[in-house]
Amino acid sequence: MHHDPSFLQFLWFTLIGILWTGYFVLEGFDFGVGMLVRVLGRDRTDKRVIIHTIGPVWDGNEVWLLVAGGATFAAFPGWYASAFSGFYLALFLVLAALIVRGVSFEFWGKVPSPRWQSGWEWALAISSAAAALLFGVAWANFIHGVPMNAAHEVTASLLDLLHPYAVLGGLTTLALFATHGALFLSLRTTGGVQERARAAAQRLSPIAAVIAAAFVVWTIADQSFGGAVVACGVLTLVAMAALPAVARRAPAARAFVASTAAIVLLTVLLFVSLYPDALPSSTNHAFDLTLVAASSTPYTLTVMTVVAVIFVPIVLAYQAWTYWVFRHRLGRDDYEGPLTPVAVLEHRRRADGREPESTPMPPGATPPAGVS
Amino acid sequence: MSTLDWARWQFAITTLFHFIFVPMSIGLALFVAICQTRYYRRGDEVYLRMTRFWGKFMLISMAIGVVTGIVQEFQFGMNWSQYSRYVGDVFGAPLAMEGLIAFFLESTFLGLWIFGWGRLSPKLHLATIWLVSVGTMLSAYFILAANSWMQHPVGVAIDHATHRAELKNIFAVLTNSTVLLAFPHTILGAFTTGGMLVVAVCGYLLLRRRPSDVVTRSLRIALPLTLVAVLATMAFGDGQGRLMEKQQPMKMAAAEALYNTQSGAPFSILATGRFTRHPSTLNKIINIPHGLSLLATLSWGGKVEGVNNINRAEQRKYGPGDYVPIVGVTYWTFRLMIGAGILMLLLALAGLVLVRRGRIEHSRWFQRAALAGVVLPILANWTGWIFTEVGRQPWVVFGLLKTNQANSPNVSSADIVITLAGYIVIYGALIAIGGWLMWREVRHGPEAPARPGAPAGDSDSHPELALAY
Repeated sequence: MHHDPSFLQFLWFTLIGILWTGYFVLEGFDFGVGMLVRVLGRDRTDKRVIIHTIGPVWDGNEVWLLVAGGATFAAFPGWYASAFSGFYLALFLVLAALIVRGVSFEFWGKVPSPRWQSGWEWALAISSAAAALLFGVAWANFIHGVPMNAAHEVTASLLDLLHPYAVLGGLTTLALFATHGALFLSLRTTGGVQERARAAAQRLSPIAAVIAAAFVVWTIADQSFGGAVVACGVLTLVAMAALPAVARRAPAARAFVASTAAIVLLTVLLFVSLYPDALPSSTNHAFDLTLVAASSTPYTLTVMTVVAVIFVPIVLAYQAWTYWVFRHRLGRDDYEGPLTPVAVLEHRRRADGREPESTPMPPGATPPAGVS
Repeated sequence: MSTLDWARWQFAITTLFHFIFVPMSIGLALFVAICQTRYYRRGDEVYLRMTRFWGKFMLISMAIGVVTGIVQEFQFGMNWSQYSRYVGDVFGAPLAMEGLIAFFLESTFLGLWIFGWGRLSPKLHLATIWLVSVGTMLSAYFILAANSWMQHPVGVAIDHATHRAELKNIFAVLTNSTVLLAFPHTILGAFTTGGMLVVAVCGYLLLRRRPSDVVTRSLRIALPLTLVAVLATMAFGDGQGRLMEKQQPMKMAAAEALYNTQSGAPFSILATGRFTRHPSTLNKIINIPHGLSLLATLSWGGKVEGVNNINRAEQRKYGPGDYVPIVGVTYWTFRLMIGAGILMLLLALAGLVLVRRGRIEHSRWFQRAALAGVVLPILANWTGWIFTEVGRQPWVVFGLLKTNQANSPNVSSADIVITLAGYIVIYGALIAIGGWLMWREVRHGPEAPARPGAPAGDSDSHPELALAY
């Protein structure tokens, strides 16, 4: 009775895996930066530098999650229905964290009062940490399986989801994303923020590596030492083992690549563990929700494949271009004091090496009064 | 209340809250894009200050619209798992397309717009705000295609063995006659919303005797835009009336509380009494003769089926049951929507006349009306949605799936009450803070023109960060 997923089902499982991987890599550093804003930022200018490293991109990064959710609904409605109704209260906490986080950026800068801003910094830090933790808890449960009946209705309460393995999963994403965020900041800033971010990454990376390694080992055991899981788990362990040393010695770019690789491998491990199920049942393996049972029709999967083939490359291209536009390191001198004529010229030169005297004048490059 | 009732209230409350900010964002994105285009073409810095001033309202509105939109994307699975399983093969596709095609576009280019001043060439930077605007509209298209499918399910076959609707033709879903009218109706309503907000803020600034180039020119764009948008919204709404008579006759009958089938049916403005099945219990006041027949059939003596007849026909077709929505709700929301539309039309018309005569700065009554008028688009948007969703009941997917077969069986009333309380607290805080921030911007008003020789202040020294956090 148990048949394997079709090619299209496998493709969409893989695509959803890629969406989650992209989400964890990109929003992972957003979460880390959010968590560290008050730790690494000494004053308002520092914090502005920190928030601006992700300011132009965090919203686009979050869309990876929305598209992962939408793709799950379209390709595996059964998975979407069972998981989202089954993780009801946990998902509400995730949503609450993402809502608070999303507005804290915008609200933070709207009122220049220290109390207002420190309030939103706390909101940003706590919601970022909560979301990072909750995603790990959720995924540990997804692959371990949850109490679920034959109709694929999850019967777990919120407390059932908080067993030690799941908590370890949550701590793994929390520590790993914090490290990833610190490395991202050390790559994207200059001066004091950069130094403190690097120091934080050096302190955080061994903690993240130890927790993540424990989680990976437990996952391998929990998945009964399946071949693909062991292979993928060993690779993940290597990446975790290398992370502290790389964070200590290598240039920022290489260190960031290492934390990215660690997150990619960990996410791949999650999806390899899950396959060919969409949501295993801890009540009885006969009740496992398989990808085949959760899937849409071949017609819908084909339609969605055509849409993905056309639009995914376009999206990747303009998102990559955004990172290219905002590739310059940010520092205090980008924000402090009235601009001197020299600084204005420097700013203009940074604007992609474009000649400043284009007509009409770039709106943003209007020099301060008296300079023109 | 039953678990189902709680789930319905949660959907209604979260969705209506979300829909305060969605049309505002769509309308303001277009308005900001128009302002920036004028600045790009004419190089007049008044348009730059307009772009920045209205941009702040757009960003506050979008921030709240985006975060409450995450809940929208997930709550079908959370509260409506049976629905999700039944419709996922059809309904999931436009939702996924919305994310991939619209959300990415909107959010990525919004980031580029906010932080791209002075970093991108003026032309490229102008393109980013237009792409944001296009993204908001594409998003509206996909979600309306999904909703229109619930009103008028096309392009599917029902598999009774698996108990689900299976997609047979995606083009039928994306070019559903229902969405082809619902999309322009909704998007033009959103332009109206943006225009009315601009007019209201300008009204307040004039009331406070703070006229400026920004106010004058904003009104010169917003008033004609609003006028045209309201008229066009009404025109498409009129078309929707006739389509509704064909596709969902019960909704049309419920809109008028027309219980018995009638030819040359009038359209009533007001009614007193109880909305029960017996027409005699309802006292309709001020009838527009033949109004309903014209709306529903475009003919003077056209026959409009009544609620009681349609109910019997649906019982024959779908089996025993009650197929009548809450007629009191559909009757009044339909009138409030149309009434708010007419008031907005009159307001925009009056404003335009006053601007032409150069009297708008002195017309106190108009300024007060404009300020109060900010509630009108929200009222129209809300009542329009309440009408169309309540009017479809007891169906969640018309003719295919009833609402009482759609919720999540494993989610308890307690679960929903807890999260509903949570949403109300969070959303209440969002609207309080967002509203306060917008009010702060209104009171602060647009920035003054740069004076030559004046010392540069903190924000002036970094004009490229004027809209960044």
